[in-house]
Amino acid sequence: MSRNFLLNDTIISPLGFNTEENLRAIRNSESALKFHDNSRFFEQGYFAGIIEEDLINKEFEKIGKNSKHTRLEKMLILAIHQVIESSNSVNFEKTGLIISTTKGNIDQLEKDNFPKDRVYLWQMAQVISDFFGFKSKPIIVSNACISGALAIRTANDLIEAGKFSNAIVAGGDLVSEFVLSGFQSFQAISEEPCRPFSKDRKGVSLGEAAAAVLVGPDNTMGKENIQYVDVVTANDANHISGPSRTGEGLYQSISRLLKRNKITPDEIGYLSAHGTATIYNDEMESIAFNRAGLENTPLNSLKAYYGHTLGTSALIESIICKHSLLNNELFASHNFTELGVSQELNIIRENENRNLELAMNTASGFGGCNLSMLLKKVIA
Amino acid sequence: MMMKKLFINNSVIIRDSKVSRNGDVIYQADSDLEFPKFLKRVYKAQNLKYPKFFKMDSLSKLGYLATEILTNGNVEDKETALIFANSASSLETDEAYSKSMEEFPSPSLFVYTLPNIMLGEISIRHQLRSENLFFVSEEFEPSVFIDYISVLFQQEKAENALCGWVNLHNNDYDVFLWEIALSGGTDFNEEELKKLYLPTHE
Repeated sequence: MSRNFLLNDTIISPLGFNTEENLRAIRNSESALKFHDNSRFFEQGYFAGIIEEDLINKEFEKIGKNSKHTRLEKMLILAIHQVIESSNSVNFEKTGLIISTTKGNIDQLEKDNFPKDRVYLWQMAQVISDFFGFKSKPIIVSNACISGALAIRTANDLIEAGKFSNAIVAGGDLVSEFVLSGFQSFQAISEEPCRPFSKDRKGVSLGEAAAAVLVGPDNTMGKENIQYVDVVTANDANHISGPSRTGEGLYQSISRLLKRNKITPDEIGYLSAHGTATIYNDEMESIAFNRAGLENTPLNSLKAYYGHTLGTSALIESIICKHSLLNNELFASHNFTELGVSQELNIIRENENRNLELAMNTASGFGGCNLSMLLKKVIA
Repeated sequence: MMMKKLFINNSVIIRDSKVSRNGDVIYQADSDLEFPKFLKRVYKAQNLKYPKFFKMDSLSKLGYLATEILTNGNVEDKETALIFANSASSLETDEAYSKSMEEFPSPSLFVYTLPNIMLGEISIRHQLRSENLFFVSEEFEPSVFIDYISVLFQQEKAENALCGWVNLHNNDYDVFLWEIALSGGTDFNEEELKKLYLPTHE
């Protein structure tokens, strides 16, 4: 069996245009969530993490033509470009491209700025792939809010199957009127920046970002790497939009993952939770984590830094998790006030340095899907 | 590494106003029948009783119907993995939701603007707390299914899989479902999968 690692990575977000800038912003307790009043669906305005158009265009014109690509394509291309530039093991004949997105170019629906077929996820992915010249067709994972981490698993598994020698996993989604109005129609949007797991939480804040990571083998002697250990998904089989009251699917995914890999909960040094800050989601996670024996594991949600970035969310969280492990660094769960779920959790309140070897990242999404991932620090 | 040998068991195709199971046409409607009515007719013809059906969007209805027909309404192994794909994602419902935005954004449409909702519907119906993957490709791509599923079985994450290509856009639909198991009838390879997906009438 091949051992694959999370190698070169980047995050393109309002907090920065590379991973280092993003980590610095998180260390400084900065948040992407700002007040916006440009949507007809929010009379009182709303908070979201939105990247300034000028910044995207200024960066993109260094590598391509702004008028040829949609906003999301530019963000994804910038992310993939950075990963390719920083690595010497990308080979367009053998490296796969796996794209994670929920809505793709949804802002182009019923608009005429680009060819109509760009709203097809496969067409958007093909345009991005052609920008670089990947030989094999891009693979698109679109599985709601677990997509970003499920795309990493897909990369690992397809490398294991021998389809690719390594793969770039890139995720991207926008803050669009489509998604804003949809979450608002559920009355799920918080009127202030979101507060995951807090007593005074009032719902989701949305965010946009693209991210990319190279997944593959690395035999550099003596180098510390973060190994992809395993991912298990499980469905709640309960409701298509509401979280399970018992946390069944998330609990199943965590307990199966631990059992398969012969890991006990006390071995996990850090838990990167999904934590959208809706009343029911965070409560569901607290129940699942307790059932799985993770009530003492230091935990955060990154949603108050970025907002919920949908198909990018679990990818960003995997990348931050990787750097937490490498740097032995735990980040505070931003905007947390006082525990507001029925079960005990060990929420990280202050940034902290401590030795970390093994971490878990979880995600849950519409359609009742749940995922948990194990990442481990190893020295080749 | 010795890969486990996998087999295709039953398969279902819903295409051109016809429903076939294991190659036999089991239902056929007039080709000019409107698509939503066609879905309802198939439901009735199969004697299905599942009121949730009427709340689903058309993409989920297709996935639900094909699953009922494929499995005769019974998925025995509750750890059966669901591996599905299509070309148009949820675009049919995206467009309907987008229209609703002009007046009043509809939460009941918005919830169906993700293709994997179909997997949620099938999981609820059959109480499957199992592995899910939904991916998107321009056309039906047997090789991605084969590679992903081979590793899924190799890693012992499933002993059965329910796989599907369920595509819908502008009332054009194309549905192909099949079961994968450790024993059974047909070898699980690209050639056999293509033959089942596009049968040639010799």
